[in-house]
Parts: sequence; C-alpha cells; structure tokens
Amino acid sequence: MGFLDISHVSKAYGAVQVLHEVDISVEEGEFIVLVGPSGCGKSTLMNMIAGLEPITKGDISIRGRVMNGVHPSKRNIAMVFQSYALYPNMTVAQNMTFGLEMHGVPKPERERLLADVAKLLQIDHLLERKPGALSGGQRQRVAMGRALVRNPDVFLFDEPLSNLDAKLRVDMRTEIKKLHQNLGTTIVYVTHDQIEALTLSTRIAVMNKGYIQQLGTPKEIYDTPANLFVATFMGSPAMNIIPATVRVEDGAPYAEITDARGHLQSLKFSQANMAEWNGKEIMLGIRPEAITDIDGADRKSQNIQRFSNIVTVTEPAGSDTFVTMTVSGRDVVARMRADASVAARDSFEFAVNMDKAVAFDPKTEARIR
Amino acid sequence: MSAVSQDTAVKTSRVAQVFIYLTLVLFALFYLLPLYVMLTNSLKPLSEITGGDMMSLPRALTFEPWLSAWATAQVGVSPTGLRPYFLNSILMVVPAVAISTVMGALNGYILTKWRFRGDTLLFGLMLFSCFIPFQIVLIPMARMLGLMGIAGTTQGLVLVHVVYGIGFSTLYFRNYYASFPTELVRAAMIDGAGFFRIFWRIMLPVSGPIAVVTIIWQFTNIWNDFLFGASFAGLNAMPMTVALNNLVNSSTGVREYNVHFAGAIMAALPTLLVYIVAGRFFVRGLMAGSVKG
Repeated sequence: MGFLDISHVSKAYGAVQVLHEVDISVEEGEFIVLVGPSGCGKSTLMNMIAGLEPITKGDISIRGRVMNGVHPSKRNIAMVFQSYALYPNMTVAQNMTFGLEMHGVPKPERERLLADVAKLLQIDHLLERKPGALSGGQRQRVAMGRALVRNPDVFLFDEPLSNLDAKLRVDMRTEIKKLHQNLGTTIVYVTHDQIEALTLSTRIAVMNKGYIQQLGTPKEIYDTPANLFVATFMGSPAMNIIPATVRVEDGAPYAEITDARGHLQSLKFSQANMAEWNGKEIMLGIRPEAITDIDGADRKSQNIQRFSNIVTVTEPAGSDTFVTMTVSGRDVVARMRADASVAARDSFEFAVNMDKAVAFDPKTEARIR
Repeated sequence: MSAVSQDTAVKTSRVAQVFIYLTLVLFALFYLLPLYVMLTNSLKPLSEITGGDMMSLPRALTFEPWLSAWATAQVGVSPTGLRPYFLNSILMVVPAVAISTVMGALNGYILTKWRFRGDTLLFGLMLFSCFIPFQIVLIPMARMLGLMGIAGTTQGLVLVHVVYGIGFSTLYFRNYYASFPTELVRAAMIDGAGFFRIFWRIMLPVSGPIAVVTIIWQFTNIWNDFLFGASFAGLNAMPMTVALNNLVNSSTGVREYNVHFAGAIMAALPTLLVYIVAGRFFVRGLMAGSVKG
C-alpha cells in the first residue's frame, strides 16, 4: 500500500480503450514521471488522478483513501498546468490564494502562507501584478506557487516546462528538482521529454499506447530497457538497434554483425545466457556512448570489443562528436570525445563496451534477460 | 546598396489616396443626409417646411416640435406625446436585454466548459431560433402569452424578446468561451470553486467585450422592434416604435412634420447613444476570438 496507489486503472472512451490496467504504487516523497509520446495516455492518467476525468475501471487512492468519484477539490491535490492556467483577471497574490479562499482558510492565514511561498519562489515582488505582465518563467513560478500554498498531498505537473524556451526550461528543471529535494513532496509529473524524465524523477513510468511499458528508476530504464520501445524512446541520440545473429564460439556467445563493407565482424557478449540463442536472430541494442574510440573507452568495463568500420558522417557538437556509420544496413551513431580524430569516409577502429549492450527478441520486442 | 529600395513595401500613389478619401467623404455625407434633414426640420416651425424649404437650415430656431413630440402631441386617442411610451420601451428593453444576456452567458459557459452528450445538437437547435422569421411565431406566441396571462403586458413583451434573443446571445458567448482555455476551469475546479463560482469569478470578469457586443445587439434589436410591439402590446405597454407610428398617423388636421421628425430622432436616440458609448468595444468584441491573442 503506497502513498498514491493506482491499481488496475483502465480508461475507455466508448469502445476506444486508452489505458489498460495501469498499476503504479507511489511512495511518499517520490517524484514519479509519466513519459511517453503524445497519445500514450499519460495526460489522461494524470487527469484521472486529479479527478478531472472519471475512472472507467480500477481504483486510485491517496493516503489509503479511495478517490474514485471524489471531487478534485476534495482530494488534497494541486496541479500545475501546461498553459499555467493563471486566472487572467486576478493578481498574482489572488491567483495563489484563490484555492485557499475557496477552502475557507481565513485571511490572515492565507496571507501568511502566501508570504512564505512567495519568498521561497522569489516572487514576492510580483504579487500585485496581473499574469499578463509576467514573463514565461515568472508565470511558471506563480503556477507552482499556487500549487504550493495549498500544501497538498500530491503535486501534479502536466508538462509544465513545454511552453518555455530551451534555456529557461533547463533552469526551471533544476528549480523543480531543488524544490522537490527541499520540500520532499510527492510529485507526479507528465512529460513527453525523456531528458526531463531522466533528470527529475526518482522513478519513471514509460508509457505507450495506453500500457505502462516499464516502471523503474532512471538508471534501470536507461541501462536495462524492458523492450525496444523503451530503449529507443529514452535517451538522445536514441539507442542503436542493430540486427545481429548469435553465434557460440568456444562456449562464448558472439553477436555477428556486418560492417559497411559487407564484412562479418563479431562482438563478444558479456551475458553468458545469450548462448541459448545460438544461431538465432536478435536485435542488439547499444547506446551511442558505448561506442567510442579506443582511448575513450570506459576503463571500468570488463568487455571492450574492437570493431572497425567506415565512417559515414561526423557531427561535432561541442562537447562530443557524433559519428555515424552503417552496421547491418542500419545507421549507427557513436558518441566520441570532441578531440577524437575521426574523419568521414575513413576507416576507423571503434571500441564497443559490450557490458552496456542489451539484446532484444525481434518477435516480442522484449529484452532478453 | 546605399539607398534602400521601398518598391517591395505596399504604397499607394497620391492620386489613389485622394480618390479613396474623396469617395469616403462623399459616402459619409450621403449617409448623413437623412440625419441632417431630420435634425434641421425638427428645429423649424411648420410653416418653413410647408413653404417647401426642406434642405435649408432653420431660419427661426424653435424647440417647440421637440417639446410637443415629447409631452403633448396626439398619439392615437390621447394627447400625451411620446413620453409614456418611451418609458414603456425602457421598462421592456432593460430586463429583456439583461435576462437574455445573462442566459446567453450561462448557456455559452455550459456549452463549452460543461460539455454533455448532445450539446452540439442542442446548440444547433438554439441557433435555429436565429433564423426563424418573426411572422411565423406571431399566432402561437399570442396563444402562449394568453395562456400565461401576460398578453398585452410589458412582461409579455420581455418574455418574447428574451426567447428570441437567447439564440443570438448564446451564439455570441459560446463562440467567445470556446477560445477560453478549459485548463483555467479545471484549475478553478481543483482550487475548489463550484459551477457558479467559476462562472462569476473566472469567466465573467473576462467576458467584457462579448457582453458589450451582446448588449448592443440585443438593445438595438429589441428597442427597434416594431412587429412584436404592434402585435402583442396593449395600450399601456406600447413601446416607442409603435407609438411613433401612431404619432405620425394620428391626424389632427395638419401633418406636423417637424414634430414627427423630432419624435423619430427621439426613438432613434437611445440606440445611437449605446453605439457611441460602447461602440469601441463592439468592434473589439466582434474581432475577439477570430485572432489568437
């Protein structure tokens, strides 16, 4: 029994099932991120937690109290919306205390809470302004302030950063993370941005087509994705997925892949259980940062495999250089140090950290454990 | 590249500009002509008009026609002037405008923010009322008013105008509120505000422009209505438009054109005033929602 329990929750609009038997148990103080492409059901799930949409099947409970059918205002939740949803006719102070006023909190109390939160978010100088006179970042703060003054059990964030420009988004991301660390509140956060998910969360629920694809810590999600969808959705640039054949040699399993010249090369697996797949096709998943030049290879890795291939394109990106090549007919991206000497159309010796490689069953798309 | 070329900018030649302004001024004068005739002739003694001098300015300025039209002229059988009927019109138009606007706002709020099954169909049916010609409903409406016991009264007229006005006011408010972010309503719900509280505290404060449009629209339509007034109003509820007609048709020997002109201006004055006072918002409100702000 968690702090916020989502058990066997389904949602259907008529015959269209948009959420299938979702199960998430959130502990107090956790920062859960629901991430997925648009239409995956993450916002619907959030709206159901908030009580803005009825639950078709299953239960949602907060602090052990089943919330099905309970009015949003009586769930002791607060929500930060994508558009901030600040009341345009009210000042910042009125915006922030509106909820308290509706809940019958007396005025002196309201003012005390407002002052505390305004100070925490450094918006005390904006209190008399209307939302129209604020910048994007300030509106964002006010929207969070409005949620904070209520001191709710659960905070719901619905893509709160997607309306900000790139730089401000990174700043506010840090701001939200700090806030969570300092206040230890329980947060459910919806986003389609996998970077936000990885940086902010204590746990991530990756969703697609109404199913939870994987629920785990950012590290689990990143290093051991449950299936091809999670593998390719999380991480930027995306994980390289390479068709390969498993071949056992001297008792050790190898992945056989074709380089750009059409030559077969093999990479030794770190996982011994891959021997069971001898002779079969698999999908080999390697993160770009696991393919480097030889000097840049991870020294802690037990299993660095060499692999030579012709470089198609190099893309210097300041801190890193991205190198694209063709492996088994697919484009594969490697992430090099900026000073690695790689040139397009040249042959180059790559180091592949096979400790970090994962394999997927091409039929079920699930990771081979 | 020393001189920047302005060829790409849209620029009309001087000749074209003069032509445009000349045309505009001419049309403006043309449209102002009736007002000029009404105003000047309402300030002349009758003899000047019957002398055949309709277009000239008054030689002997007099306010007698105005006083007569307001207080003493023969309207139908009684020499009361237009004053009591002006009051009738006010008593009819104020509640009718207020009720239809408030109901339109509520309807628009429900149809956009509290959606339910079949709401678009319902809205379509309400829109339908905008296209029903007045004449069709005259007889059924008379019967209804009779059954309700308010035939011939001001309340009856108010009811008729409210029923007819709801279609339009709902249309205006619904389209206005459609572009109003639903997230705001959701935020208010989470904050603990109920149906009316959200309407009163969140929606209404930003409804100024569309409320002005609706009020102007309703006010002009209801004030200027003649058909319903002539059909349903008893002697004591007769609105200004009907009384003006009676004033012009009540013959006491000579046709007092100057009094008629004064009466016509009086009948038109309130709507003119409403336009002048609220006109700026009218255009702004009509444009609202058409462009994302």
